[in-house]
Amino acid sequence: MIDLEIRGRAWKLGDDISTDHIISGKYKFRAISNIQEMVPHVLEELIPDFYLKVRRGDIIVAGKNFGMGSSREHAPLLLKILGISAVVAESFARIFFRNSINIGLPVITASEVPRATEEGDVLSVDIEKGILINMSKGVKESIRPYPREFLEILECGGIVEYVRKHGDLPWRGTK
Amino acid sequence: MRETGLYKVFDPLKVLFVIDHASPAPHVEAASAHKMMRDFAAKFGIRLFDVGEGICHQIVAENGYSRPFSLILGADSHTTTLGAFSAFATGVGSTDIALAIALGKTWLRVPESVKIAIEEEPKPFISGKDIILRIIKEVGVDGLTYRAVEFHGSAIKHISMDSRMTMCNMCVEAGAKTALFPSDEVLSMNLAQIGVEGIKLEADPDAEYEEIFSFDLDNLEPQVAEPPNVDRVRAVEELEGVEVDQVFIGSCTNGRYEDFLAAARILRGRKVKKGVRCIAVPASRSIYLRLLKEGLLHVLAESGFFIAHSTCGPCIGAHLGLLGPGETVISTSNRNFPGRMGDKNSRIYLASPATAAASAVEGKIADPRKYLGR
Repeated sequence: MIDLEIRGRAWKLGDDISTDHIISGKYKFRAISNIQEMVPHVLEELIPDFYLKVRRGDIIVAGKNFGMGSSREHAPLLLKILGISAVVAESFARIFFRNSINIGLPVITASEVPRATEEGDVLSVDIEKGILINMSKGVKESIRPYPREFLEILECGGIVEYVRKHGDLPWRGTK
Repeated sequence: MRETGLYKVFDPLKVLFVIDHASPAPHVEAASAHKMMRDFAAKFGIRLFDVGEGICHQIVAENGYSRPFSLILGADSHTTTLGAFSAFATGVGSTDIALAIALGKTWLRVPESVKIAIEEEPKPFISGKDIILRIIKEVGVDGLTYRAVEFHGSAIKHISMDSRMTMCNMCVEAGAKTALFPSDEVLSMNLAQIGVEGIKLEADPDAEYEEIFSFDLDNLEPQVAEPPNVDRVRAVEELEGVEVDQVFIGSCTNGRYEDFLAAARILRGRKVKKGVRCIAVPASRSIYLRLLKEGLLHVLAESGFFIAHSTCGPCIGAHLGLLGPGETVISTSNRNFPGRMGDKNSRIYLASPATAAASAVEGKIADPRKYLGR
């Protein structure tokens, strides 16, 4: 289960953060069998010791094209393992976006709030109602609501859990 | 998937496994993952391409799985490569692939289309790599995000299948969901060799595009992307003289026959600069064998190149030549993000095989036109 109402402290990152930044391939391909071994290397080149500093419920706030590059699913998965409750960005690279939905990490596209946000600000997101607020700065923004299928996947905690429960993908009309 | 009731395969004939990313296994973790793949493939009757057979996108192409109208999902972002065959090919994550294998289904949003019109005949020393780097310079690393790219224009007929694959491969560096060449004469001749005939994908004459980009290729010069992003592209002349510690020619981007032929033209009768490690990795065994038969591997080896069988290794920093602190590589691969090929303080310049070969000879970024003529 994933909470569709989220509140957390912001980590601020810039534009074009790649999946190599989130977890470098040289670790991914070295520790394939044990994802915990990759944890200390998450975002290490941008925020040294991120894994020690991050708190459960924190939100990553970034600029354009978050998650560009490799299709490695370890990138959103490791953020989720570290307790990140959502990623808010001006735009996302498409494979990162779909991987995040699939593994149950809310990804929120917005403009005013990410631009106004500074590190440590407190953000709240209501995914169902489509409201994003930077509570520290008093900036509020409507976000495009998720399609019903995304909400169903997130409510189950990911697409594998969804399919386990329902026996099929949430899109109706599929044969 | 074992615990989910999804430990099944919807149709083994529509699933391929390729062991390419850390292959042959450089450590026990990879060996364990490879073993799991082999066991699963054997159990369900899935065709598996093992160590040394090739990089997945090349394997799919060579075995005739990519053809006009195919819908191809790959657990690798560079699956867009196969759009050269008029296939809708896109990269997804491992959960997506696992579910597609089990259910025979996936979820896709219909993308908006972007037209990239390329006109005029490029100079003989220009390859698909120079063209796509020039395009990415213009559109930026998020300029094609989510969208389906279509290549159009009078230049297309001059562009080989190998170069088309390079161009479709790197459209993902600008965020594209897929990238398509039309089914023209060049593609038809290629498909005829593997017995595929009569299916053609062409754009509708009244197709609408969200955006149109146009490029004239007749004056295009060799292009190089400098770190830390793929859109940091400059003409080779502006970067000439940057010293390199390593040269890599290979990957799913530039490990094909045409690529090594271009490199061999420059390397024939020459030695690579002393102190520069030069690594060549053909993208499949069939390419390796053709290069061997035609004596091109001999040319590379004689010039001082280390030649390996097919693997993704160096491009992703998995094995076969990682970079140390402060070192510089000129690479024919696709990404120059910090730390991708080794230490976080190493630097990656991306270029064509011809530019990489010229740089190998000089030990610094060099203009291939000095060796190939203008």
